[in-house]
Formats: sequence, C-alpha cells, structure tokens
Amino acid sequence: MEWEAVIGLEVHVQLSTRSKLFSGTSTAFGADPNSQANIYDLAMPGTLPVLNGEALRMAVRFGLAIDAEIGRHSVFDRKNYFYPDLPKGYQTSQLDYPIVGRGSIVINLEDGSEKRIGVTRAHMEEDAGKSLHEEFADASGIDLNRAGTPLLEIVSDPDLRSAREAVAYLKKMHSIVRYLGISDGDMSQGSMRCDANVSIRRPGAELGTRTEIKNVNSFRFVEKAINFEIRRQQDVLEDGGTIIQETRLYDSVRDVTRPMRGKEVANDYRYFPEPDLLPVEIGEDLIEQIRAELPELPDARKQRFASEYGLSGYDAGVLIAAREMADYFERVAKRCGDAKLAANWVSVELQALLNRENLDIVASPVSADSLADLISRIRDKTISGKIAKTVFEQLAAGSENVDEIIERQGLRQVTDEGEIEKLVDRVIAENAAQAQQLRDGKQQVLGYLVGQAMKLSRGKANPAQVNQLLRDKLKP
Amino acid sequence: MDKSEIDKIAKLARLRVSSADANEVTARIGEILAMIDQMQAVDTEGVEPLAHPLDAVLRLRADEVTEVDHRDELLALAPASENGLYLVPKVIE
Repeated sequence: MEWEAVIGLEVHVQLSTRSKLFSGTSTAFGADPNSQANIYDLAMPGTLPVLNGEALRMAVRFGLAIDAEIGRHSVFDRKNYFYPDLPKGYQTSQLDYPIVGRGSIVINLEDGSEKRIGVTRAHMEEDAGKSLHEEFADASGIDLNRAGTPLLEIVSDPDLRSAREAVAYLKKMHSIVRYLGISDGDMSQGSMRCDANVSIRRPGAELGTRTEIKNVNSFRFVEKAINFEIRRQQDVLEDGGTIIQETRLYDSVRDVTRPMRGKEVANDYRYFPEPDLLPVEIGEDLIEQIRAELPELPDARKQRFASEYGLSGYDAGVLIAAREMADYFERVAKRCGDAKLAANWVSVELQALLNRENLDIVASPVSADSLADLISRIRDKTISGKIAKTVFEQLAAGSENVDEIIERQGLRQVTDEGEIEKLVDRVIAENAAQAQQLRDGKQQVLGYLVGQAMKLSRGKANPAQVNQLLRDKLKP
Repeated sequence: MDKSEIDKIAKLARLRVSSADANEVTARIGEILAMIDQMQAVDTEGVEPLAHPLDAVLRLRADEVTEVDHRDELLALAPASENGLYLVPKVIE
C-alpha cells in the first residue's frame, strides 16, 4: 500500500538591511567576532529596542508579493528560552499578530506543471548569535555579530507532497526574495535556512505524527534529508512502530537524520507581548506606496517572456529564475532583435561559460551588449553560428568588440557564389566516391560532403549555400 | 499547582527553588493564579485584545549604522573571553 508524504516548510530569510532589527549595529557579513555587537545586542540593562523601518518595509514587500493579507496591527512577542548565544534570554518574535498573514506561491515542477502552495504566515524576528563548540577544550565561544539580525520566518501550509516539491518551493522562495531585493537568499552563508516538518500517511487518512528536521543548508540537502526521513518513517510504521514527535538534525556526511540530544524538556517558550515595543500600525498609504514599488515578479515575468518574446514555458522558466539573468537576457534580446536566438545563447553558451568559470551572471566576462552584437552578426550572415562560438570564446577571454574580432581574424563568412563554387568543386573532386553515391541518390552522404567543404573553408563558408550547391551539382 | 509544576517552571526560568521555599512559592503562585482566574471570568466579548497599555504606535528607525565597535571594552566586562569570543561553560547540543 502506498504512503503519502505531507511536508510543510519554515523558511528563515535574512533581510538585507544595513543595520540590525532593533539596533543601529552593522549587519555586514564576515566581520571579526563580536565587532558588530553593541550594548543592546548584548542585552545590557537599560537598553531598549527601536524597530528598523526598512526591515518592516521589506516584510510588507514580501507579503504583497505573495498576495498575502498584511497585518495592519502587528505585535512583537518574547519567545523565552535560555541559550548562551541569546543574551536577552528571549528572542523578540511575533506570535498572534504577524506582519504577513495568509498568502500563497506557485511552484514550478520538473514536468512543467504548477502547484499553488499556501503560506500560513510570515513574521519578523531577530536572529541569535553563533556558538562555537570546537575551538576550546572546556568552554564554548560565543560570537554575537549575528545576534539581532532581522529575519523573516515564512511558514508554509502542509501542502507539499514530496521532497522535490519542497525543493521547488524553496527555489521559488529564493527567486522571489532575490527579485524583491530583500535578501541575498544565499543558503551556503545562512541567509536562507530551512526547517522541514515531515509526516506520512495513507492517502486520504488523518495526518500522521510529524518530525521536524532542522537547519538544512542547501537545496540538495533539503531533498536528501526529506527523502531519508520519509523512508525512515515508512520503515518504522511498516515494522509496527510509532513515530515520535521530535526534532531531528540532518547529517549530510552520513545522509541520515538523527534525533537532537538534550531536549528532554519539551519546548515551552512562554510567549508574551514584548512590553518594550508598541504595536506596529501600518496604514493604507504605506502599503500602497510599497505596492507601487514592487518589481515585476518571477511568475509575471515568465508569462511576459512567453507572450512578448514567444519563448517556451521551459525556456522562460530557465531565464527568469534569477532576476539578473532575466535582465541580461532582455538586454540581449532587445539589442539584437531575435529573442529566440538570444534565449538560446544565454541559456546554453553563456550558462556553460558561467558554470565552467564558476561565475555569477553579474560577473559575466561577456557583456549583454557584446553577446547581442554577436547574435546580430549571425542574423545578418556575416558569420555562421559555428564561427560565432569561436568569437564567443574570445569575448569570454577578454576581447570586447565583436566586429573587430571578426575582421582581425578574417572570420567573415564566405557568401560569394564564385568562391563557394570553387570550394564545392574541390570537395567533389577530392571525394569522388561519396559524390557518386549522392548522384546515385544516397542522401546520407550529403552531410559528409558539406562537412568536408566547411572544414576546407575553416568554417567560414555559408553552410546553406554549400548545401544547396552540392545538391544542385550532384542531382541524381 | 503542585510541586512538579513548580519544578518545571523553575527549570524553564533557570531558578533554583529550595525545598524549604517550595511550599511558600507554591502558595504564592497559587494566589496569583487565583487572581488570573478572577480576571479571566470577566466578559471580554467584543473587546479588542490589548498588546500594550500605552495609546501610541511604534516609531521606526532609519536603516542606518549608528553604532561603533566597542568590542574590547565590552569583552573586558565578561568573566572570560578569548580570541574575540565570549567564553561560556561548554554547551553541547
């Protein structure tokens, strides 16, 4: 009998403000330990929080982007627990009145289909510091630079049914926060973190007992951790056991999840309203102002790329995933006037180059304008598509001007009828046997002969003309 | 409220309640809970929950870095520090 997985995700997105959520301390990444932890972040007596207005606007921006209700009256609460990297003894968070209420996002699955996933809520909270357990023999080191960094915790409905759907959800979330410019979404640096709630059940049955997998730090590990957990729960239930509701950690080295130790007392955070912060009231004017500033979002852009440029859903999906990639493509398409060629070059040649050099699109050695000029030269038949790849490699190596590369290296395509005829005659003379086969109606050798002609011209002959001329001369 | 609940609350709050004090603490928390029961008996139908007694809304701060680094002075206040880190008794997760 089949099992059905039920998965909900809690995604923590680090908001890319310059200063912390409640203090004017820098949030810059990579500073010396504790050099970005002031007296408020250290919970010195008498210090008070003051909310960062930009963090609030970023949270509202996210809410509007997922069509959520915005909490017009939003309240901060204290979530109480003791841990050395949390100096105050509580995390300032939101419980009953979060800034973002119910919304949804559409995820794109590998078979091209879409699914709408409910977002229960999203709330603002502060991050904790970091505990370093390895550096000292009988002590833990505490770095509070991250303490107080603004986070948006986004909680999904349990609408996901497989690890792949969970990854698609995370990827869409990543894309949305990057488009909005509210986070760099970098999972490897902890700017986006994910906890997964996983349970299994017989289709149509009541929800099973869930376990929570904490802090999985890459798209790939999210998929592996959830798949492991689904298999583990199946094994337990099929052996007649029961699932214990617990928090588990994913061990990426051994590819297993295991229970977190030292949590014998069930979490009891004793939330209560934060007396040091007044409720946040958000007016219609602020919401409308933020709405007006929203950029075009991934789904809208994908639709527009399909309708405006005639791209397939798949091609459009590849191009829009990252905003910078989509911007690059549009610049190329507009300048060269051929969106389909532009889409091909960006998603194949350019992507291969970036992968090979391990570069981000913003650091592409080939500018959008250069790539557009290259495509223009293919379109006006100055060069063939094959030669264009040679030119592209030179652009990648640092050359800038497409026309200069073509002229300097004599790459201009040969379209002169007379020259092509000479070339074709020579190929026929040097490949008499194959030429005879073509005359006898064996069409398969045409490709071989065209190839010989292209080779002889060092790729510069216009292949369509060569093709036509060979057919004419070697008609059965 | 019985002793095991008192123990649990004390543990969550990181408080040590000696057995000599346990009876008094239990009695006093019982009185507080009785007061809360009395308050909860009030009919609040149609009353908006109040998060803060002041009739004001939160003022916001511009997203600017206003703090300078006082790490060395602050580290000097801690009982133990090394390599720029605050040291605490070993915590094993």
